[in-house]
Amino acid sequence: MVAAKWNQFLDSGFYHDFSRDKTAIISFFILCVYVVFCFSAPLIAPFDPYDPTGIDIMDSEIPPVWLEGGDSRFLLGTDAQGRDLLSTILYGTRISMTIGICAVLLQAFLGISIGLIAGYRGGRIDNFLMRIADIQLSFSTLMVAIIFLAVFQALFGTELYERLAILMLILVIGVAEWPQYARTVRASVLAEKKKEYVDAVRVIGLRAPRIMFRHILPNTLSPILVISTVQVANAIVSEAALSFLGLGMPVTKPSLGSLINSGFEFIFSGSWWITIIPGIVLVILVLVMNLLGDFLRDVLNPKLYKN
Amino acid sequence: MAGNRLIKVDNLYKEFPIHKGFLDQLVIEKGRFVRKHESVKALSGVKLEVLKGESLCVVGESGCGKSTLARVVMGLIRPTQGEVLYQDQRIDNMGFNELLPYRKKMQMIFQNPYASLNPRMTVRQTLEEPISFHNPRLSEAEVNERVVGVTESVGVDPAWSDRYPHEFSGGQRQRISIARALAVDPEFIVADEPISALDVSIQAQVLNLLMNAREQRALTYLFITHDLAVVEHFGSRVAVMYLGTLCELAPTKKLFATPRHPYTQALLSAIPKLNQSSSDYIKLKGEVPTPVNLPSGCVFHGRCVHANERCKQEIPELKTYNDISVACHAVEEKRI
Repeated sequence: MVAAKWNQFLDSGFYHDFSRDKTAIISFFILCVYVVFCFSAPLIAPFDPYDPTGIDIMDSEIPPVWLEGGDSRFLLGTDAQGRDLLSTILYGTRISMTIGICAVLLQAFLGISIGLIAGYRGGRIDNFLMRIADIQLSFSTLMVAIIFLAVFQALFGTELYERLAILMLILVIGVAEWPQYARTVRASVLAEKKKEYVDAVRVIGLRAPRIMFRHILPNTLSPILVISTVQVANAIVSEAALSFLGLGMPVTKPSLGSLINSGFEFIFSGSWWITIIPGIVLVILVLVMNLLGDFLRDVLNPKLYKN
Repeated sequence: MAGNRLIKVDNLYKEFPIHKGFLDQLVIEKGRFVRKHESVKALSGVKLEVLKGESLCVVGESGCGKSTLARVVMGLIRPTQGEVLYQDQRIDNMGFNELLPYRKKMQMIFQNPYASLNPRMTVRQTLEEPISFHNPRLSEAEVNERVVGVTESVGVDPAWSDRYPHEFSGGQRQRISIARALAVDPEFIVADEPISALDVSIQAQVLNLLMNAREQRALTYLFITHDLAVVEHFGSRVAVMYLGTLCELAPTKKLFATPRHPYTQALLSAIPKLNQSSSDYIKLKGEVPTPVNLPSGCVFHGRCVHANERCKQEIPELKTYNDISVACHAVEEKRI
């Protein structure tokens, strides 16, 4: 069964397009490397950056090995607190990706449900939900997140915030961006629900939720897939931006953004690697996901056949 | 007569509003804001009965309300006014659960076989769904048995039932969508131009399939079409529609032999025949009026050669003469 599905996939046009698109192959390969490395971080990282006993302040600001003054123990050097930069980046990428993926799952859940209901029910419900989406979109994600996170920190204190940081970031980024999904899904639902197969299942007598989720939703999956890749990248960037502003992950559990932020103070004192290396890691991750999103958009939209 | 009646459509009106939002409705007229309610009158006062075991064909040109009639009868859209009765039970205002037993008895076949099957479901999934939904007690094997039975009965190999709709031709897809309609063992089928999207050679096959199904399963059809050759071949009675109203309802043979309503006469004269000179055509003047602003009186009066003052003012009622029903003042007054 699995082998049959796999062979079917190898025969499909999707695989055919993929195997010819060098950018897509390279992007996918890099993304796989990212996923494997960061989710096996506890196994492969040379140090545990969360363990304060393993950190020696005397090791701080050691440059990467290929520079003068490098230490063979620290491949990419160390940060201002003496943490091994490679290990910290691995753990940080893991946090960044977790937040990105979970936030997008939350966005997708909210956006798909609201978009389906708005598109299928139409009329006043549609108007109401879409106006809410407009209002939500008129505030930028960062503004909502900054206000919310700052208020939360002020009300409940930094200590509680540091414990709940991941959860709060997922919630804020997830809730702030659902209209992207809702609008896309609603547009496809409006196109799909006019087709006769929807009338056919209505004649059979199926209830609206079953029609929406079993019949219409599967036919709107391709645009959802495309925006999901782009949205994960966006969520990672939002998280990095918030962390950079000091509203994201705490310094004790740095994500890529807070790592960049922590190194920012030392960039003029010569320790550029603390900022630049995590920055490059972040840029490549986001770039690769956007390229894959572009590829998916081209493949899944038959109207955009390249040559 | 009444005991033989399966469906009764009584004085059915359906209007589709053009301007839905409040802001769309506002127009400036003579320097003042006026709220305007414009709507397309798709059906205006249709009265119709479908008898058990017959094939009632509904003909008319595009936009005359044939498909709207089919959809209202099936309960896909609610009428603005009027009633739909299934065996003397009013069904057009029923709630979801009350309607379920009727859903099993009434099924619909759609026009476009490329849009009427869900592209993400295999043939088996498409056919299993109505069967297991309406017979929740059936075991998986029994459902499967029924799927095989119904696919065979429409001439599709059950071995293909794990394929997706895009792997089939138009004719095969239409067979599958007929199978979906037959899967719940209905007694009444509304077919909305089921063969107009198919090749002529395939049309005959699908038509024969529908006729065989009628004999084997004692089906009643409401058959929407604009192909008069199909009507002559398939229908037991014919209803002619024009601009949302019913002009004439008669047994097929009588209608084709002696059309009574002036519109029916013009419609039938437009069928191309061998050795026919062009003077035999009845040429109608003008165009079909817009269904937004219906003409007063008889909707056909602007194009009718027999029209007089009464036709311009009074809407003709459908009057029955033996088994022929005609809505025309001229026929009533014996002017034609």
